[in-house]
Amino acid sequence: MSDTILISTRKGLFWVERKNGGWDIVQTDFLGDNVSLTLTDPRSGRHFAALDHGHFGVKMHRSTPKGWEEIAAPAYPPKPDGLEENDMWGRPLAWSTARIWALQAGGADEPGVLWCGTLPGGLFRSTNHGDSWEMIRPLWDHPKRKQWMGGGADLPGIHSILVDPRDSKRVWIAVSTGGIWFTEDSGASWAQRGEGMRAEYVSPELTHDPSAQDVHCLAQCPAAPHRMWVQHHNGIFVSSDEGKTFKEITGVEPSTFGFPVVVHPRDPDTAWFVPEIKDEKRIPRNGRLVVTRTRDGGGSFDILTKGLPQQHAYDIVYRHALALDATGDRLAFGSTTGGLWVSEDQGDRWINVAYTLPPIYAVRFV
Amino acid sequence: MAKIIFTPNIQRHVLCPEAEVSGGSVREALDNAFAANPQARSYVLDDQAALRRHMTIFVDGRAIRDRVRLSDPVTAGSTIYVFQALSGG
Repeated sequence: MSDTILISTRKGLFWVERKNGGWDIVQTDFLGDNVSLTLTDPRSGRHFAALDHGHFGVKMHRSTPKGWEEIAAPAYPPKPDGLEENDMWGRPLAWSTARIWALQAGGADEPGVLWCGTLPGGLFRSTNHGDSWEMIRPLWDHPKRKQWMGGGADLPGIHSILVDPRDSKRVWIAVSTGGIWFTEDSGASWAQRGEGMRAEYVSPELTHDPSAQDVHCLAQCPAAPHRMWVQHHNGIFVSSDEGKTFKEITGVEPSTFGFPVVVHPRDPDTAWFVPEIKDEKRIPRNGRLVVTRTRDGGGSFDILTKGLPQQHAYDIVYRHALALDATGDRLAFGSTTGGLWVSEDQGDRWINVAYTLPPIYAVRFV
Repeated sequence: MAKIIFTPNIQRHVLCPEAEVSGGSVREALDNAFAANPQARSYVLDDQAALRRHMTIFVDGRAIRDRVRLSDPVTAGSTIYVFQALSGG
């Protein structure tokens, strides 16, 4: 059971701890700086923090017993002279890390391995705890990669990375917008996954094209890795065959639009979402902030409200800003308007930790 | 030797003291400055070694024109200022 949560925000990193039955902010790091994401490596206990300094670029920091140290950030290889590659807006695509959007530890049998997903679509791997990074060229050089489009941002990006708990060489990634991709040789070769998803925002010929799918978040049940959940740009989808095929979950109130999804570590039928009205109206329905939970694989959903603001709440919860601890009992989420809530009973009741934090990008249990 | 001076704003992330550097172009001058201070390199240049979008460099009072190859000339008496651009970021 985790008593510590890392909160990445537009203006710094906040440490929240359980104390005397409540949850409090106990430490701040990088105050004033944009922290986009953290990772706590369960094998080494080290923390990693991705920063975006705007003018000065994207940086990576790693914890040491004496504090944080700056380490290498993933960097794109030299763009070949004469290569013309434009983004979806017709502008030259810069081969340069625009944002770190996914950080994932490798398997238990590969202690130094880390995976990192970025905008504009590069996937990187480190074998030495982040001392250096190597781009996964077979994915970057894949002809379909050039068809990826912006979704959550102007540029395409890799936001979800799943390492198979049974075999560390097997990895799934999800792209906004470019669907789900799978490797079973640590990145040497890649195949598209995600048949059965449906895109409402493309021409009819592309509706069911797996590479046109704007997956907002991809989650996997560690105890039952065949089960995957997707919060998609226009719906919720679930897979029972490792992401090969998905079926759509419909009729969920108040909405199936949102960004994050988390799945219970042992029960593949239990998952949580934070709904907004819809794409073109990204606010909670009727100003009521709610979390939805299914316990039966999407057959029915509970609408969880206790402890959450039920009037004039306009919080958006980004894809990395909902977290579940290893027990599957504790949840936490943070919003774009600086609200932070924790639940100790799978979402039945929520405790407000803060209302006035900077915009929250990511929430992670340590 | 040219003199190179970095914006005060960068100093809280990575120390970039004023330095004397050789080189006939902005590229050569920066390469020589970063040889002694490699951590600073990625704060000024992007992954392709072009000037970051929201940075700007002045040589003897003129903003450089070549932000990609950094070929603007530098002379032994030049003063190079590395600043944040007044845009975005």
